[in-house]
Amino acid sequence: MPTENLRVLTSASYAGPGDAGRTGSWRVLRPVIDYTKCAPAKTGKPACFFCWLYCPDSVVSKTLQPQINLEYCKGCGICAEECPPKAITMVEESKFSGADDR
Amino acid sequence: MFVFESGNVAAATGVRLARVQVIAAYPITPQTPLTEKLSEYVDSGSFDAEYVAVESEHSALAVCIGASSTSARTFTATSANGLLYMAEQLHWTAGARLPMVMCVVNRAVGAPFNIWNDHQDSISQRDTGWIQIYAKDHQEILDTVIKAYRLSEEVCIPVMVCYDGYYLSHTYMPYDVPDQVAVDAFLPPYEYRHTLGPNNPTSLNTVTLPGGRPDIHGEFAPGYMELRHNLHMEMKQAIDIYTRIDGEFAEIIGRGGNPIAEKHLCDDAEYVAVALGSMANQIKDVVVRLRDDGLKVGLLALSLYRPFPSEFLAAELADRKGVIVFEKALSFGHSGTVCADLQAALYPCASRPPVWNYILGLGGRSYQSADFYDAIRDCVERGSAKFDNPGWIGLGR
Repeated sequence: MPTENLRVLTSASYAGPGDAGRTGSWRVLRPVIDYTKCAPAKTGKPACFFCWLYCPDSVVSKTLQPQINLEYCKGCGICAEECPPKAITMVEESKFSGADDR
Repeated sequence: MFVFESGNVAAATGVRLARVQVIAAYPITPQTPLTEKLSEYVDSGSFDAEYVAVESEHSALAVCIGASSTSARTFTATSANGLLYMAEQLHWTAGARLPMVMCVVNRAVGAPFNIWNDHQDSISQRDTGWIQIYAKDHQEILDTVIKAYRLSEEVCIPVMVCYDGYYLSHTYMPYDVPDQVAVDAFLPPYEYRHTLGPNNPTSLNTVTLPGGRPDIHGEFAPGYMELRHNLHMEMKQAIDIYTRIDGEFAEIIGRGGNPIAEKHLCDDAEYVAVALGSMANQIKDVVVRLRDDGLKVGLLALSLYRPFPSEFLAAELADRKGVIVFEKALSFGHSGTVCADLQAALYPCASRPPVWNYILGLGGRSYQSADFYDAIRDCVERGSAKFDNPGWIGLGR
């Protein structure tokens, strides 16, 4: 172990994705956003963003078409639960080819 | 300024002089007058601290953990079962490397129910990663609380300042209260290295996996085992650091010099008694009497129990004819814990004296100076002949 680590007190992670590594491989269910229902995507206005707000891993972008970073999304489903217009569906990971996740 | 007050008030005075910012404590005999005094100070406006009334000791330490994470200087105090109710948070505080001082006013642990003094409560928590210092009089309680903040904040390890319930907590003794200006010079404000705050959103003590791993920048991030190793190494270094801090305290306040242990008539002693806390003061007189009666006996009044000063003790005790350890706690089925630790410290030495162990005073069972006198004399006269170890003083009394 490098000696400079002797002064590291404890584990800490700072705001941002991926501090615990690529956790996307943990996912069993994948959140899929239906942009015809999603409030900011439908109205073209920066509103709602409950998915961005509630995501415990900060993997949802605050953009007019919110994007989910699948490298780090663990598939917890909180975004789908919290989405007011029910625009997010949790889909079995086995339904995807696996090419776009890690 | 000299005052004549109880040990609990001495502790409260130390906490006030240390400019503690957050206090969370739950009353338990014999610690109660300490928390009452602190809440009185805060209520009267003479002490600018936040006093958080909590519903349990577990919450008391949880409040301190939160406050300490934001760089607040925090304090709590407890006794016996209250300390054990904190057990989970004790490990957390040390693992999180949060500086903090807690007074443990030593009391027997139930069952059966008992409110009197022994050391089983704090001794049973020796492996939580906290530093443990035992005070033997009121002056030491006050001074140790102040020094403990410096130590704790320098090494980022929490410190228990332990003192005997009733023997010290409720008795009155004159002691000197240092000036606030002098204490401020000794103990500057502190900032925790991982300070939590709105400008620094951080998840502290996040899950660590069994293996180390690269962080998002590809650099090795210490895992659980590295962090535990750090705690151990810095705990060991705390012995020298505490010695230096004690020296700085002596320079500014004018007292100190025995941070690890106080030696009494040790220099030419053939036999040395070892004890923690207030009973060590009583043994000082016993040693003088034994000397009058022709036995070359000394006393090593141990203050620092964790980190265990193995090298110091080996250097002091290896060449003696015998060591007698008096203890108010034990590891059931084994022996007194100080005795066991001391035997381990002496094992690598070329010359190893016999170490005799006596258990006494459990649950406040009375003991007199004559008990120490007889026990030490008995060891000296029997020499290395085998007998029950530990021996028990005061059974059936």
